[in-house]
Formats: sequence, structure tokens, C-alpha cells
Amino acid sequence: MAKELWKGNEAIAEAAIKAGCKFFFGYPITPQNEIPEYMAMRMPQIEGAAFVQAESEVAAINMVYGGAGSGARVMTSSSSPGISLKQEGITYIAGAELPCVIVNIVRGGPGLGGIQPAQSDYFQATKGGGHGDYRLLVLAPSSVQEAVDLTQEAFDMADQYRNPVMIMGDGMIGQMMEPVEFTDVPKRNLPEKTWATTGTKGKREHNVINSLFIDPAACEKHNIHLFEKYAEMEKNEVRVEEYNMDGAEIVFVAYGTTARIVKNAIATLGKEGIKAGLIRPITLWPYPSKTVEAAAAKANVKAFLTVEMSMGQMVEDVRLAVNGAKPVHFYGRTGGMVPTPAAIVAEAKKVLGGAK
Amino acid sequence: MLDEKRVRIITGHYGSGKTEFAVNYTFALAATGKKTAIVDLDIVNPYFRSREIEPAFTEKSIRVIASSIKGPGADIPALSSEINTAFHDKSYEVVIDLGGDKVGARALGRYHEYLSEEPYEMMFVINANRHETQTPEDVIKYINGIEESSRQKITSLVNNTHLCGETQLEDILRGQKLCEEVSQILGLPIKYVVVHKSLVDKVPPGIQGAIFPIDIYMTKPWE
Repeated sequence: MAKELWKGNEAIAEAAIKAGCKFFFGYPITPQNEIPEYMAMRMPQIEGAAFVQAESEVAAINMVYGGAGSGARVMTSSSSPGISLKQEGITYIAGAELPCVIVNIVRGGPGLGGIQPAQSDYFQATKGGGHGDYRLLVLAPSSVQEAVDLTQEAFDMADQYRNPVMIMGDGMIGQMMEPVEFTDVPKRNLPEKTWATTGTKGKREHNVINSLFIDPAACEKHNIHLFEKYAEMEKNEVRVEEYNMDGAEIVFVAYGTTARIVKNAIATLGKEGIKAGLIRPITLWPYPSKTVEAAAAKANVKAFLTVEMSMGQMVEDVRLAVNGAKPVHFYGRTGGMVPTPAAIVAEAKKVLGGAK
Repeated sequence: MLDEKRVRIITGHYGSGKTEFAVNYTFALAATGKKTAIVDLDIVNPYFRSREIEPAFTEKSIRVIASSIKGPGADIPALSSEINTAFHDKSYEVVIDLGGDKVGARALGRYHEYLSEEPYEMMFVINANRHETQTPEDVIKYINGIEESSRQKITSLVNNTHLCGETQLEDILRGQKLCEEVSQILGLPIKYVVVHKSLVDKVPPGIQGAIFPIDIYMTKPWE
């Protein structure tokens, strides 16, 4: 297929359909509205598929619980305040081990915040959000093409681990137009959904979708089982891009569209004779800690500079991975403000001046 | 070039690049020395709207009329009373950047009474690389939808077939073929063929419509 121009949000929606998403439940909020809008147009064209605009985000995520329980591929999408509303449902889905895909097109916060792009939901996505010990697989595309590829793969990941997968893009990922080519993602060997509530037809025991454990020993056992699964994800699913890392004096860590702004800054620094590299986590959980740790051990690396559209969230994971081996600095803009390449260049020079 | 009616309305499918065309058109119009105003009537898209580059317009003495709620972060579909100036004060040459699709075009319906009194130019911007406007039937469906909700008639077509930074001459020519087909069916002229300045020399002569060379103003933060 030739390349076409797609808006991030509608491309994510079409990618979900290509991946076999049969049910979409959502509620409007800027800057992700084109996802439900596109689904409302496309789902009725697909046999056995449905789009429902729920009465609220809380209703939508619980419809996802039901749809996923029946074994179908299901998606919901929202933006930051709406994702907060979905948290109860998300932890239930994680607890009940149901596969689904949740898209968060992040805007400025806290509270209602604003509609411009942000990355300040990192903690919420990677450190819980809802209650209890659970993890989401969190994928952070930095282009519309990557958003398309990761969305298609997200459904396979969800089915493989029976776990919710979150696509986290800042507002720009949702709103910008970029050339896209839809291609098939590598096939995974996925298990049969023998757990799905599809009707016993009198031939098997009832399948029960549940996250309630009255016996604490059983609840602990369930948690240990979940963490064995999360360990598998950590082993198999870490994804990261390393860019310009050979001989880098300063290593940027940035994800999503911020990483693209950092690449622009790296080019400017290069022209001025400063070698800068980038570690771009593609999975925010599981986090590419080993890549960061390995960079910290290199003699040429003097310092790390994490750049985010937040007041500093992912930087905590960078510090944990660097573990004191090198100084870790932070530069961020927030509330919908976007860092400029010039400001990043200035910050890098300040860091290197201080590191000498 | 640029000799359209005083009020020019620029519309199209979202992603057609109508804002980039509207912005370039406005700068070109102001460069002829005419008193120019751009009306950002986009109440659909929250990002990448012409109002974002207001300082660049103001620097060239171009009046920017957008929402009465200031700042790029308002997704409140508020139409400013200042918009009426564009219709009342006939000393202005006016470019109206309408929001995408029939949903965005609805905002124009409010100004029906003015547009029925004064002839206008309404240019429909086509990008053949957008998935929903790749065949003449698809384009005509969009035109009909926009005409219905805006209560106005499209008067001409603009070929703006592009792939952001990856645009090739073939894209433009494929878009031109589509525009010619639509032009024949609807009897609307192709007014402009929008071409980035770097590609202008490659466009073969004799193409329908005037070549409109553009720079990119609506950039992403890393561009």
C-alpha cells in the first residue's frame, strides 16, 4: 500500500480495526475526539462490530470489561481527565486478567488542565493509576506511523498476556498529520481464549471473570501469579531506540514527540562539536532500565539529561537505572507547553559545563 | 493570482492542508499591499490552527480574527463578534480559514445573510493522499456535505496533494488528475495547484490552474 496522510487519532482507530478490534466504547474529550468519531463511522461497516458512545468514561471502561470478558478484541480511548475516571475499571480488568487496549492522548493537568500536549500522566500509566499491585504494558509512539504499528501489536500483546495495554501519546501524536503505511505486524503465537465467557453449551464448567478474592491466601496467590506474568513481560517486551550513542558525552532520555525535539537539539549540538545521544523508551513499562544502566557505565558518558513535557516523572526511572553512577538532570515544560530545541541545547550546555 | 472576490473562504477535508494554503495565501495577498485580514473560523481542530502563528501575521500588518477567548488552548467553539468586521468593513481583503469537514463548515452558516449579499470565492482544497478524498465520488460527497452545512456553494477547487515533507511530483500530478475529474463533473474551475517552493520548477507547463508556491508555516516543534 502506498503512503497516505493520516491524522494520529484516526490512524490509531484504523489500526485497531485492522488488528481485529470489534468493540469500541468511548466518551468524547479533546484532544482524542477523532478516535471515537472515526470508530462511530467505521464500526457499523464491519460485521459483528459495534461502537457505543457510553454515558461516561466510567461506563465505557466497564463495557470494555464486559466485551473483553467475552473474548472479543476491545478498545477504549480518552485523554488525561477521562483516563483518571477509568482507573477503577482498569484495575478490575488487570485483576480479572482481561486483554484490552486503552489509548490515552495526554493533555495538560492536573484537574481539567488544558487541551495542549503533555506527558504528565507517566506516573499514572506506569506506577498504578488504580489501586492494587498491577501493571499495564505502556507503549509510547513518537510518530503516527509508530502509533499505527504499536496499536496493531498492542492487541496481540494484550491477548498474549491477558493484560490491558495502554497506548500513551501526547496530544500532538493524536492531532498531527503524517504519512502512514499500514503493514502487518509480526504474527505471535497466541493462546486460545479458553477463559472467555462464551456460553458453556452444557459441555464445560462455567468460566468466571472475577477480581474478588475473599480468602487472603488466594488473593496473595493471584497476585504472585500476576507478577510471574509481569516478569515475562519484562523479559520479552522491553523496547527502546538508541540514537547517536557512540561516544556521546551527554545522553538524553526522552519519549514520544519530545524525543523528536531532542533529536533536533542533538543535531544542533553536533554542529557545535558536542556529542549527544538519545535513549528513547518505546515501552514505558516495562522500562528499558538495562539500556540506561549500560549507558551510565560508559566512560564517555558524563551526564544524563531527561526531557519531558511534565515537571519530572520519567526522570525517577532514569535515576533508578543510573543508580548514582552519573549525574541525572531534568528539563521539562508542562501544562501544554512544548520544549523548544534551542532550550534543550542551552540546558545540555549548562549540564556539561557543570559536569566538568 | 489572488484576484478572487473580496471574501475568500477556504475549506476542505481536515488534513487537506487548507490552513497551510490559507496562511500562504494570506501572506501573498498582504504582500501585494492590500489591507488584509485572516479569519480563523476553525472550531473543530484544537491544534495546528492559523491563530497559532498570530505574531507572524501581525508583523506583516495582517489582522487576525479568531475566537473571543484568547490563547491556543481554548476548544470552546466561540465565534467572536469581531468576525462581523470582515463582512462589514469592505476596506479589508478577507481570507476565511474554515474548520475541516461538514462539522467545521457549519460555523459559516451563521454568516449566510452577509454572503447572500456579497459575492464570494469559496475554494475547496483537495489532498488526494487523504484516505477519505481519493476518488471523485468521495470528493463530491465532501463538497456536498460542506455546502449543505455551510449553506454556501463551493466556487473553485485547489489541488493541494501532499505528503508533508515526503511530497513528490507524482503526488501533485495524481492529485491534479483527481481535481480534473471533479472539475469536469461539477463544472468548477481548478484555481490553484499548491506546490512547495522546492518543487515548483519540476511541475510541467500547461497544468490547469495557477501554480501557487508555498513555504511551510504550520511546523511541528521539531521541524
